[in-house]
Amino acid sequence: MAGFLARRLLNYAVLIVVAASLAYLLAAIALDPRSNYADRTPKPPATVVDAQLTALNLNDKTPLLQRYATWAGGVLHGDFGKSVAGASVNEDLKRRMGVTFRLVMLGLICGSLLGVLLGAAAAVRQYGWFDRLTTGVSFVVLAVPVVVLANILILLASWANFRLFDRQVFLVSGEYSVGLEAGFWGHVVDRLQHLILPTVSLSVGLIAVFSRYQRNMMLDVIGADFVRTALAKGLSRRQALTRHALRTALIPVMTYFAFTFGALLTGATFTEKIFGWHGLGEQLINSIFTNDVNTVAAISFLAAVSVLCASLASDLLHAALDPRVRA
Amino acid sequence: MSPVLEVSDLTVSFGGVPAVRGVSYSVRPGEVLGIVGESGSGKSVASAAIMGLLPPGARVTGSVRLHGRELIGASQRQLAAFRGKSISMVFQDPLSALTPVYRVGDQIAEAVRAHQRVSKENAMVKAVELLDLVGIPRPSERALAFPHEFSGGMRQRVVIAMAIANDPDVIICDEPTTALDVTIQAQVLEVLKRAQAKTGAAIIMITHDLGVVAGFADRVLVMYAGRAVEVGAVDDIYYRMRMPYTAGLLGSIPRVDRGRQPLVPIEGHPPSPAALPPGCPFAPRCPMRVEACDDREPPLFEVGAGHGAACIRWEEVRPDGLARQAAAGDTSRLRVRGERTVLAVRGLVKDYPLLRGAVFKRRVGTVHAVAGVSFDIRQGETLGLVGESGSGKTTTLTQILELVPPQRGRVVVLGHDTARLSRGERTEIRRDMQVVFQDPLASLDPRMTVHDILAEPLRTHGRPAGRRIRELLALVGLESSHAARYPQDFSGGQRQRIGIARALALEPRLLVLDEPVSALDVSIQAGVINLLDSLKDRLGLSYLFVAHDLAVVRHIADRVAVMYLGRIAEIGQVEAVYDAPAHPYTQALLSAIPLPDPVRERSRERILLEGDLPSPANPPSGCRFRTRCPKFRAELTDEERSLCVTVEPEVRPLNGATDQGAACHYAEKRGVV
Amino acid sequence: MTLSDEELAEELTDGTAYRAPSRLRVVTGRFFRSTQGRIGFAVLALMFLLAFAGPLVNRWSYTDKDLTAFMRPPSADHWFGTLQTGSDVFAVTLRGMQKSLIVGLLAALVSTALAAVVGAFAGYFRGWTERSLTWLTDLLLVLPAFLILAIISPLFGSGQWVVFVIMLALFLWMVTSKIVRGMAISVKEREFVQAARYMGVPPVRIIFRHVIPNLSSLLIVDATLNVSAAILTETSLSYFGFGIQPPDVSFGTLIADGSRTAVYAPWTFWFVAGLLVVTVLAVNLMGDALRDAFDPSAKRSR
Repeated sequence: MAGFLARRLLNYAVLIVVAASLAYLLAAIALDPRSNYADRTPKPPATVVDAQLTALNLNDKTPLLQRYATWAGGVLHGDFGKSVAGASVNEDLKRRMGVTFRLVMLGLICGSLLGVLLGAAAAVRQYGWFDRLTTGVSFVVLAVPVVVLANILILLASWANFRLFDRQVFLVSGEYSVGLEAGFWGHVVDRLQHLILPTVSLSVGLIAVFSRYQRNMMLDVIGADFVRTALAKGLSRRQALTRHALRTALIPVMTYFAFTFGALLTGATFTEKIFGWHGLGEQLINSIFTNDVNTVAAISFLAAVSVLCASLASDLLHAALDPRVRA
Repeated sequence: MSPVLEVSDLTVSFGGVPAVRGVSYSVRPGEVLGIVGESGSGKSVASAAIMGLLPPGARVTGSVRLHGRELIGASQRQLAAFRGKSISMVFQDPLSALTPVYRVGDQIAEAVRAHQRVSKENAMVKAVELLDLVGIPRPSERALAFPHEFSGGMRQRVVIAMAIANDPDVIICDEPTTALDVTIQAQVLEVLKRAQAKTGAAIIMITHDLGVVAGFADRVLVMYAGRAVEVGAVDDIYYRMRMPYTAGLLGSIPRVDRGRQPLVPIEGHPPSPAALPPGCPFAPRCPMRVEACDDREPPLFEVGAGHGAACIRWEEVRPDGLARQAAAGDTSRLRVRGERTVLAVRGLVKDYPLLRGAVFKRRVGTVHAVAGVSFDIRQGETLGLVGESGSGKTTTLTQILELVPPQRGRVVVLGHDTARLSRGERTEIRRDMQVVFQDPLASLDPRMTVHDILAEPLRTHGRPAGRRIRELLALVGLESSHAARYPQDFSGGQRQRIGIARALALEPRLLVLDEPVSALDVSIQAGVINLLDSLKDRLGLSYLFVAHDLAVVRHIADRVAVMYLGRIAEIGQVEAVYDAPAHPYTQALLSAIPLPDPVRERSRERILLEGDLPSPANPPSGCRFRTRCPKFRAELTDEERSLCVTVEPEVRPLNGATDQGAACHYAEKRGVV
Repeated sequence: MTLSDEELAEELTDGTAYRAPSRLRVVTGRFFRSTQGRIGFAVLALMFLLAFAGPLVNRWSYTDKDLTAFMRPPSADHWFGTLQTGSDVFAVTLRGMQKSLIVGLLAALVSTALAAVVGAFAGYFRGWTERSLTWLTDLLLVLPAFLILAIISPLFGSGQWVVFVIMLALFLWMVTSKIVRGMAISVKEREFVQAARYMGVPPVRIIFRHVIPNLSSLLIVDATLNVSAAILTETSLSYFGFGIQPPDVSFGTLIADGSRTAVYAPWTFWFVAGLLVVTVLAVNLMGDALRDAFDPSAKRSR
């Protein structure tokens, strides 16, 4: 067991190293930080630019491998270097991680809970009106990309603010209002107002995915022999379904839950960018536009780590829930 | 005594297609009713309908009365009150019948608490008692285990424990032993008898195996195409049957107590429920068919006291299986073994790593699947390799077919040692040794036409296909027009014929048959066995016939090798081994096989083996069979036993036998069939 | 692997040449019997017709600028209205739809083929081949696809959309390939593959003759669903300017532009967003119906 875990972690470490290195090298080749200085007025002299870039380890006149070595040396010490603006990447990302984590966790919990409930309910009465309705709605939802959904939400919210409430109920930009003068509760309400739309846009898709998945898993076990055994024992249909079918059908779904977490971290990119949340995703897009090689590499590193952690967590969860796997 | 369960005119249909068409019977307390039929006869659907456990699409009519109370049309709540309390059920597949995520003790306790107002603790105590009753060793400890930690036989005991938890009046057993090995089957049947004695319940035993019912049931109902075609006391059905189908069924079963004689298959295959023939549904396959048979479906005629048969010519039906036995006298042909050896296996060993865990895979030991197996097959000979699951027979087979150097020992196929094969020799062997698999549907690529399937071996070895395919189809009794169809358009027996035709395409010398008939219904099976037998004589083939069914092997093999836990326990000429087995395991195995002969079955002394097969990862020291050996336990002195514990016996020829050897220190011939 | 003509002729001279309904026909039949399948297919066909025949009936091409009408709502002249630049929304939308459909189809095709080959080889050969292929799959799963695509987006340039398609496909195949690998392992254990092996058929031929064809239902369904995944990814990338580059347009670039003006000029956003959703929906419906058609025993279809 310990040996197996060690081998697996080693494999993960290698994957992370390769992935982060690849991301760094790609970013260093494709992005051009020098161009940031080109349209400044007055145009800084070339030597100043060179000195600046060298200080940030971004000078394209330094050989690529040397820059990579400097960067990798820093990463080994836990230092991801400096952004183009000269700030510490570590500090910046640490703050943003919190923002993204909050958003993703909330979206994931809302999405999976509602999705599982809807899916299970739909499966119990297959081809009933509820099943048809949830199936239809989830099909439509799955066809709407986040960028469209977020924009639609913004349009609807501004319409609702303007027509229904006649005041700003849904706030569409940022995490909180800057310089708000209100008590504790005022701040809570303000944060909630900002939170609603991003959470909805993140979780609606998840609800659809989870409800489909849970429904199919549930249908798979509803016909299973052990559910028939439970009925033959004299349990009522409801008892047999909740105690035996749902419990068993939850295993793959919970595994999927952990797996989704990793995928969502980058998936929140669009939501953050569109709603102006200062999270990792937003920074990812910004950093590409600002040719910020170090930030790009650091975010890739984090993404790789989170995907692998999620995959490990999903396996652990699977083992915890399923005695067959644990054996 | 008044019947506890009365079923009258029960019909079940799925989307307009009838599965059960008017079945009536009744069971009295303490009585065992056997319901016999082939797959698709509606026997399982009928029982699920009684329990109200059919999927929502089913339409059920007729009447089912339990203690006089109607169950058809009862509300779910009422049914739940009956289920598990008055009627309980034992299912076919013990592997999937238990919820994988709960401990077995909790699952039994749940059954107790579903109908009795007892505390959790008391229910658990009762669950442990029940586990003890069904013969699970260390019950209080095992109650905390999960289903996957039990073997198939032990799981079936758990299911039985659950079924008797509330002292039911009727226990429906739906093929309770079909998925189990024959020695485990004998144990489980014993447990069922004990459970019945304890609860005094009536048992409805649904099975396709006429042997199981013969010793167990008081009355038998034979089903065909959704109808009861014959019903009566068990002796009436087996000795005085009045329905040609029952007679045909009994005539087509290979029997372990009868020597080599051709079986009489029933022609054709069961009708599809969506397209039943007019009149008697059995008429198209019936040897006694007359024109009047097609007029209308015959009702159950009263042909004797409590004996009904659905045949208009019932008076002329004779138990023709018995007549045939008398006629076949020349069964023991004296065989001299051939000169040329086509396959020789010497001291073959194969280990596998034993892995645990699906997510965190790790090696926890070594499975000694095959531990020193030796046998040979001569030209024109059939060797039956028999054993229960875990005996290593499949591994032996794969080792031969893979044509790779064995881990230890030697495999010589058609004169070539597999340890030193050149490319050309390997291709040559691949041409001369062919294989027929167990599941005919799985062994034919569903996306290819029969023509392409048969052409594949020919093309691979650069032979022209065209004409040969028609020859092959004719050889196995199919029409050449069948070449354009896909495997799924055929019935099981026909598919297996296609599989055989493919194996014969390259005119091989050695045919390896891996359980070729075990997936087929009895009436179909006989035809395939006969085909294999005649092909062997016509084409001069040699067979390695791997099977778990000893009766089938007796019918087709010249020699037989019995495997236990990776080693050969006994090997020799079929007649010698079956008539006077010398190894205690062979004796137990043969005595565990139920005979379709109620009188003999009732008088037979059965040698019951205790417990499960030991893990091949950790086999017992010395003789591998000693932990379950009745001789070791009961007959030997301590001094004699020490030899069994310390020295692993090799196969030794028996005194005075021409061709029979057993791997037992104290081998002793004994007739058990 | 079908009957050669000569052999077929031989069959026919036998008199009773009987063709059982082929699998293809059975599946097509089932597919078109399901409402989902019919609707999905009809809508998608309509979308294609619209995208490729639509421009023929519109008097404006996507490069035309109507200097008399900036930001006008839909009218008889401009069916979907006009943009700030005076471009006809209908013409531009159809142009974007063409691109998105082609990108989606091609990317799905490439990625499914890749998934099939990599997965089947990994599953069939096991051992060293499997380990390295699995590692490669894992690596690509771990790399943030969006980021890689975004970084190399300048390379796509104008007219370089084929490169874009290939890159897109490169990041879509991994999950399918993992499923294919798992199924290939089980197909390898199936007896008909064993039969072919014991017959002496070479492994690579077994993979292409037995393994991949027997996974075709999964692959077809997955290819369909990959079409929608590819369209959605393309849209998101292009939305942020990392995909299709101007002057080419696609759903993504149009939605990005439209969302900015949506509040006061809804026609710039809703038409293209609506068409995108309908297209993806149609593709998904088709995929679902296909899955049912291939696997009639699946519970979902009962």
